[in-house]
Amino acid sequence: MALSGIQIYKMLPQTNCKECGFPTCLAFAMKLAAKQVELSACPYVSDASKKQLAESAAPPIRLVTLKAGTEVKAGNEVVMFRHEKTFYNKPGVFIRVKASDADAAKKVAAADAYKVNYVGMDFVIDGFAVEADGGDFVGAVKAVRDATKRPLILIAKDVALLDSALSLLAGESALIYSADASNYEAFADVAKKHKASLVVTGDSLDALADLTQKIQAKGVEDIVLDLGGKNLSEWLQRSTQARRLAIKSNFRALGYPVIFFAGQNGAAKEPVYAAQAISKYAGFVVLDTFTPELAYALLVLRENIYTDPQKPIQVQPGIYEINSPKPESPVLITTNFSITYFAVANEVEGSGLPAWLVVCDAEGMSVLTAWAAGKFDAERIAKAIKSFNVADKVSKKRVVLPGHVAVLSGELEAELPDWEIRVGPREAVDLPGFMKQALN
Amino acid sequence: MPIEIPKDKWPGSVKKVTLGATTAEGGTRSRSVTVGGQTTLPYLLFEAPTPNKPVVAIEIKSHKPDDWSPLLGEVWGDAMNDPAQWAKKAEEAGADIIVLALTLADSPEDAVKAVKSVLGATGLPLIVWGPGQAEKDNDLLVPIAEATKGEKIMLGICEDKNYRTIVATAMANGHVVQARTPMDVNLAKQLNILITDMGLPADRVIMDPTTGALGYGIEYGYSVMERLRLAALQGDGMTQLPMLVTPGFEAWKAKESKVGEGVPEAWGDWKARAIHWETLTAMALVESGADIIVLRHPESVKRVKDAVEELVAA
Repeated sequence: MALSGIQIYKMLPQTNCKECGFPTCLAFAMKLAAKQVELSACPYVSDASKKQLAESAAPPIRLVTLKAGTEVKAGNEVVMFRHEKTFYNKPGVFIRVKASDADAAKKVAAADAYKVNYVGMDFVIDGFAVEADGGDFVGAVKAVRDATKRPLILIAKDVALLDSALSLLAGESALIYSADASNYEAFADVAKKHKASLVVTGDSLDALADLTQKIQAKGVEDIVLDLGGKNLSEWLQRSTQARRLAIKSNFRALGYPVIFFAGQNGAAKEPVYAAQAISKYAGFVVLDTFTPELAYALLVLRENIYTDPQKPIQVQPGIYEINSPKPESPVLITTNFSITYFAVANEVEGSGLPAWLVVCDAEGMSVLTAWAAGKFDAERIAKAIKSFNVADKVSKKRVVLPGHVAVLSGELEAELPDWEIRVGPREAVDLPGFMKQALN
Repeated sequence: MPIEIPKDKWPGSVKKVTLGATTAEGGTRSRSVTVGGQTTLPYLLFEAPTPNKPVVAIEIKSHKPDDWSPLLGEVWGDAMNDPAQWAKKAEEAGADIIVLALTLADSPEDAVKAVKSVLGATGLPLIVWGPGQAEKDNDLLVPIAEATKGEKIMLGICEDKNYRTIVATAMANGHVVQARTPMDVNLAKQLNILITDMGLPADRVIMDPTTGALGYGIEYGYSVMERLRLAALQGDGMTQLPMLVTPGFEAWKAKESKVGEGVPEAWGDWKARAIHWETLTAMALVESGADIIVLRHPESVKRVKDAVEELVAA
């Protein structure tokens, strides 16, 4: 856990020598707490303090990176609720195949090729898990590796099998599943040998904490937790407890990302289980089912939950075509705050009425906020109309302003002298009615 | 040494609100539904049990909607032509509460008739939504509130524009109001203050903090609800109300659910996607503290109810 300025101050020499560039040790401590200076600026700090301060700077949940042709990161989280700051590393979504499945490589190839676009971003499946279930595990891992370049999770009870399979993955950082109290020594050895990360399983948080310490003592640092549990209630409670212990109590033995298998009670429940895991703290989510519609829904949920709440999501300013507009279709104006854009676009789209939607660059603010901040004025709107060449697309030079900025209509007339300026409704929900009644 | 699990002890709790009045309570419902009462964050059983589990309401309309997805038309069929039939089917599909949404085309007489027919067809508690324009809502909801005195229905939508009329009639006729504000903690608090200042007890108000669908702003609704619930537990009286959410309405407005043609191939199977969209929107809101979840498709109802059962299981 991060130390306060006062706590740091107690570890400094308290001589106010000023050599760090600050007038007092306290001022320097405050800057350290705010992470605005480096401790190395103090020439006199003791080694003991150095060590303690370095520990306090370590993230409460360790960053674990799986690497092959692509990378997946989990951990490094600092809050319980996204509004407190943000969630940083989106949980990796993996698809599990079984070694005995003759179609394993084919299934992997199909999921590997999957790509879906959401507001300008491309989402993909992050990696694959191969489970030993009799049959030729090493052969299956090889076939899967040929079918994808993404990181792998290897699931087996037999350490010798894992050892052989990992030998095929030289230079990668795979994740192996899983070490428990009975086998952790052999698993830790093989993880260390192949620079793999290691999942630990246990019946309780106590058992897990005990194991992670033992595994760490054997020199494996990159650990992932399988918290166990049998239903949504237990998973939610355990993941909340583990996260709290790591973040609030600075309990290092559980300061690792969590892996969750969403298909464990059958395909019917998988979507809901995966959804909870995404909202509630999983670092890796393993699915047994790959379908485009489920992947799309889960990847969008993940994006939404992991969006930084401090930065409004913006849509690209431009002219958007809704319901295949024609030259005579109306031109609607709005801002590039994503929620504003979605509200307007959804209403118009839902109504079936064609329109040109001009999205102005208002620095990601809603209509009223942007107007109040001077980011959505006649000048900007006119600039958008001109720079997006709206006049070339339409036969009727008429724009509809959001009702909340009716006050801009006079100035806009001055900026766009050959355009008719109309004031629309204040709320997006009233747009279809307005378009039907007032725009004919 | 066993690990000591950090537990939150909160000074505040969420108020209990009951919808529907049985014969013994002065209404005609076969049962009432109570929500709220939580003393900690959703489903953290290691801190406190969930006193009242969240319930699922199914949204029906007074007239067959012409803008609903064909997938919904498929499941509700001819029942969509008759609110009483539709309500019965919704009850069979597992609804705990019926939401009857009126339309702009309804006259006050039509609306009262529709409400009475639904009350006659099912013994479940009822929520009635006006068409969503403040003036029209008042025109329809006042006569409905008077005609159903004592039934303890919930009147929506009660917004800053029309709360006075809706709250006054709820007070006079023993009903509950649905206080809707657009995804903002302070606006929600402010409306609750205005409503309770008129004299309506807080245990007759349910907040509707609004939300966006998955992919359409759900993260705002999600965080506003988490913040409202945290504020309630911290002791802020004007946030200590149960929350209603409308994932059915939001998700079925999204292109992902609504239409099956002209969409990217990567979106996959339409029907399965539509159900995922509604269910996942609902699940995220369940995790963030929803008490009444208003849905449209029976399959989503089943999935959300199953999930809630798992979440409250000891």
